[in-house]
Amino acid sequence: MSAANRPVSRPLSPHLQVYRPQLTSVLSISHRMTGIALSVGLVYLVAWLCAASGKGETYAMFAWFNTSVVGRIALFGWTFCLFYHLFNGIRHLFWDAGYGLELKDAYASGKAVVIGTLVATVGSWVLAFSLR
Amino acid sequence: MSGSNNAAARVRGLGSAKAGTHVWWTQRLTAAALVLLVAWFAVSLILNAQGNHAQVRAWIASPVSMVMLILTVLTGLWHAVLGLVEVIEDYVHAEGTKLGLIVAIKFFAALLAVASVVAVFRIAFGG
Ligand code: HEM
Repeated sequence: MSAANRPVSRPLSPHLQVYRPQLTSVLSISHRMTGIALSVGLVYLVAWLCAASGKGETYAMFAWFNTSVVGRIALFGWTFCLFYHLFNGIRHLFWDAGYGLELKDAYASGKAVVIGTLVATVGSWVLAFSLR
Repeated sequence: MSGSNNAAARVRGLGSAKAGTHVWWTQRLTAAALVLLVAWFAVSLILNAQGNHAQVRAWIASPVSMVMLILTVLTGLWHAVLGLVEVIEDYVHAEGTKLGLIVAIKFFAALLAVASVVAVFRIAFGG
């Protein structure tokens, strides 16, 4: 909608320019950002599957990238996004069912999501490496 | 009531999603399915992703992983398309660009869906 035919051209809420970031608002936008990151990750996963279905050379390229420093950092970030979006998504589903909507509950579940994400992300990498 | 001048007919197809609550519900349903699928996927990756090419192929080719992997990718793509369309609707307001992006995302997701199934079948049955 152009500014001319918008009925009133005052800022619409929430006024992000003057809005102090809070745990709840940061977690909210993070759900969207991790969702977008995971969508990109899904493209990579399908590419990896296609490589695995072929002869060795393409797969070897993927294996090389996945174990390089940049690859490891990207995969670690992807693991973080996956667990964050998973746990916060569960939080969303509880809200949709009508639970946990009080402000103090939203903060408590938000903290649980952050802690759960860190533990699951680091834990799964430690596990994967120790099983090697 | 028939005809197109009743309350339901006037709102049908309106709103940015043009489809009402169906998309909202499907987003939740795919999310709930993904809770289980992603849990399986994470555990499987921890156990199998470190293998060499042959070991990874053997993992993918086992019947349970085949089914679960295909379900995970297809449900993930479905959920991602719904989510990305919502994001586009929130930030892109020029009708032409919006439609173009949404169509592109759906085409690309369809391509990925078919590619993933073909890849898994090729590993399992391709010899
Ligand atoms: C393949 C993995 C996944 C991808 C690519 C993905 C992607 C996305 C995207 C792009 C969005 C839109 C974000 C927005 O509108 O702000 C979204 C929303 C959502 N996702 Fe996921 N997601 C994945 C897994 C999951 C899982 C495991 C859950 C677990 C419950 C989940 C729950 C949700 C929920 C509840 C929403 C709606 C949030 C809202 O209404 O703002 N997602 N996802």
